[in-house]
Amino acid sequence: MTSRPPPRRSHAPIFWGLFGAGGMLSALLGPMLVLITGVLVPMGLLLPADFMSYPRMLAFAQNLLGKAFLFFVIALFAWHAAHRIYYSLHDVGIPAGPGARLLCYGAAMLVTLVAGGSLLMVGT
Amino acid sequence: MRKPYVRPMTGWWKRDPFFVVYMWREATSLAVAAYAIVLVVGVLRLAQGQAAFDGWLQALRSWPSILFHLVLLAAMVIHAVSWFKIMPKTMPMMFVGGERVAGETITRAGFAAAVAAALALFVVAWMFKP
Repeated sequence: MTSRPPPRRSHAPIFWGLFGAGGMLSALLGPMLVLITGVLVPMGLLLPADFMSYPRMLAFAQNLLGKAFLFFVIALFAWHAAHRIYYSLHDVGIPAGPGARLLCYGAAMLVTLVAGGSLLMVGT
Repeated sequence: MRKPYVRPMTGWWKRDPFFVVYMWREATSLAVAAYAIVLVVGVLRLAQGQAAFDGWLQALRSWPSILFHLVLLAAMVIHAVSWFKIMPKTMPMMFVGGERVAGETITRAGFAAAVAAALALFVVAWMFKP
């Protein structure tokens, strides 16, 4: 009796899962995060301008929870956007293919690696 | 020589308002990507030391950056609203007491969760302010 080769599994569910997780996280926290880090703190409105000062952000990134928060926000946002942009390229006349896939998912991978590497570098 | 007619597809989405909304919705993922890049640069600068991170903070304080983030904020809100609007179609059907949960209920629950999450995030930030 010959054993059948294991069925080839699609890797699509992984990307769908990252897309879904990133979509949910960005829908729940995206607007407020942008408001805080990009508008309120830089302008010193409601939250003081030194809210994101170097020592405070360093302590946040060295805290395990803070580290995990930063990593998941950055990585999942990137994978969500990459997946969605990859499928939208078709709508603007660029056919989906290995090149487009490499560009989109490669960019998300790069963002993930830089985030992970930087967060490891700041230590605990 | 046969010359088949090829229907032009450029600007196809401008033909129907439904498609225009669809394209705007998809375009908001560019804002999600842009914000991920802003943050990852910040984390990288943080790892490079105080001088590098202060440069990033300084850049965030510039007017172009604040205007850019206001655009990102608008796009993020559209992104979140559309996410919960299409959620009834993207998630598995839900049944409560034999009745299918209405799409509107799912969307409203999503909106409520998003508002609660945003408020909770702000309150946490407020508690940790220097």
